Amino acid sequence: MRGQSGKAAWAVLAVVAAVAVPQTGWWDTNHTVFAQAVISGLLIGGVYSLVAMGLSLVFGVLDIINFAHGALMTVAIYASYLLFMNYGVDPYVSLLITVPLMFIIGVGIQRVAINPVMDAPVHNQLLLTLGIAIIIQNLALVLFTGTPRSIELAYARNEFDLGVITLDFPLRVFGAVVSLPKLIAFVVALLLAGLLYLLIQRTQLGAAIRASAQEPEGAELVGIDVHRIYTITFGIGAACVGAAGALVLPFLFVSPTAGDTFTIIAFVVVVLGGMGSIPGALIGGLVIGLTQELTQLFVPGSKFLGVFVVFLAVLFFRPEGILGRVRR
Amino acid sequence: MIVRLRQLAAASSRDLLVLLAVVAALALVPLGVSTFTLSVATAALIFALAGIGWNVLSGFAGQFSFGHAAYFGLGAYTVAVTFTRYSISPWLGLVLGGLVAATFGLLTGWISFRFGLKGAYFALATFALAELLRLTFNNFDFVGASIGITIPLAGGDSWGSLQFEDTPALRYFVALGLVALGTLIVIAVTKSRLGSRMLAVREDEDAAASLGINPLRAKLFAIAISGFITALAGGYYAMFLMFVDSDLAFGPSISVLILLRPIIGGVGTIWGPVLGAGILSVLGEVTRSLVRDPPSFLNAIEGVNGLDQVLFGLILVVVIIRAPDGVIGWFRRFRSRSIT
Repeated sequence: MRGQSGKAAWAVLAVVAAVAVPQTGWWDTNHTVFAQAVISGLLIGGVYSLVAMGLSLVFGVLDIINFAHGALMTVAIYASYLLFMNYGVDPYVSLLITVPLMFIIGVGIQRVAINPVMDAPVHNQLLLTLGIAIIIQNLALVLFTGTPRSIELAYARNEFDLGVITLDFPLRVFGAVVSLPKLIAFVVALLLAGLLYLLIQRTQLGAAIRASAQEPEGAELVGIDVHRIYTITFGIGAACVGAAGALVLPFLFVSPTAGDTFTIIAFVVVVLGGMGSIPGALIGGLVIGLTQELTQLFVPGSKFLGVFVVFLAVLFFRPEGILGRVRR
Repeated sequence: MIVRLRQLAAASSRDLLVLLAVVAALALVPLGVSTFTLSVATAALIFALAGIGWNVLSGFAGQFSFGHAAYFGLGAYTVAVTFTRYSISPWLGLVLGGLVAATFGLLTGWISFRFGLKGAYFALATFALAELLRLTFNNFDFVGASIGITIPLAGGDSWGSLQFEDTPALRYFVALGLVALGTLIVIAVTKSRLGSRMLAVREDEDAAASLGINPLRAKLFAIAISGFITALAGGYYAMFLMFVDSDLAFGPSISVLILLRPIIGGVGTIWGPVLGAGILSVLGEVTRSLVRDPPSFLNAIEGVNGLDQVLFGLILVVVIIRAPDGVIGWFRRFRSRSIT
């Protein structure tokens, strides 16, 4: 299977390259725009990875299509926004609050709403999470109105003297602009992704989660409380968007539908990376970030066109994802 | 052929009688309501029809679609484009739209089913296809790109161009006629051998295949009929609004609107979509008027934007947890319990 997943990964790269590798004349005039697309794509891709990991866990362990994932992210975005506006809490510090807060909210939602439909048909699960999303979106509309808001970090345009090197934000790399909030979001998202990977692979809780995903009955037999694992997993999934929500706050317009695009992007990433695969979600997030920005470059104004083409291609030709196990 | 039809009519005489009664009852609606309520009722019928189409693929054949906006939108755009560009009568446009949608369903269905997509994966693929159409039409100048297509007024009532400016009741009756037609198709399908094959595939694909049923063919029949009916709804929706753009035609919220009705009413039942449409529009009007003009002890909620939707979401969640088989399923369970 390794060889084949390697091949699939190369195929994706080849497609990206075929689109990207330009004629010489094109390159001379457009390399800055191109560099910008690649860098923007990778930076936002890191956030996609983090959001998708949460979804992938829920999908892989509970086998639930959670269409409320992006709406939960909206909750985190508003929480972080309110902390910043009312108490001056830095968005990156508010991670310490939004992550546990979203974990608790996730646990609550799983207990009250998801648990009763664990054995229900797919369409009911999907509609239930959709119902939750509708409630969250419109509660936000009721409480905060639809007016888009945004915040500005005081230090987003500062110079940072690191001793060895001085970084003057926004940075310029190969002519492309790198803003500080996006860079921080990328780095922190990857760090958290690594932590999550360790949690799943190296801890006893992680082993129990993996066991519940692979063989729920077997897990039950060896004394794992599978329903408790389901609840915790949903909580962890929500905690991921809790972190992502705080990370994107400095460069996103806050609105009741702010998290919505992340839902479908996350689904694309999860299917691309392989359901339940954390490294798959990581790579998938970066690939989708790149795809989105490169499409934008060639077909202005419709960045999701390329995303859905990649999505359908993966669904049809490799539904287990680039790094997923084949289950039939 | 005639013998088959007679057998069919005999087997479904009860359903046909119910259809007659329902149509007769619904035909009385324009008598006692305002123009506004009548247009709400017309929209409800249009989405009931779209739901009837969805129910064929997702209810009877068991392939859950989360992207029926694709068929709805193809119907809407076909009617709008053929009417505005080639002055083709919307009646013919409706049929053409149905055929375009059925063809799209056959092609995409063939690819999806050949590659073994089912359950959540099939649902996600249908969603992606609808989104792909939305983004394409949004960038395609021939169909008006992001501006959409405005259908020119024919002036007054015109059966030929399917516009009833002066008599909203006629607009309603055409919608009712289309719902009756859709229901008739569904009754015929469920009572035919083809319908039994669909049910067999839904219940157990491998077992069905072992009995000599071709699951791929049964599913393709389902997707074509389903797409055709939903496209009729989309086409008439374009004439109802006199406008179409990529969000109104292919938007994800349209897919949700379509599948909500049969799910609330009862998935895989003949009357689920219509019943669900009735319940949802009454519910929608009640919550809307509650927020617009609340009783005195709830004055604080007057005119608060989004509150009706919160209520709606809550009701949806409660219905799915409490009545997972829809209203018809809930009623059946209730009845069988009270007998024993």
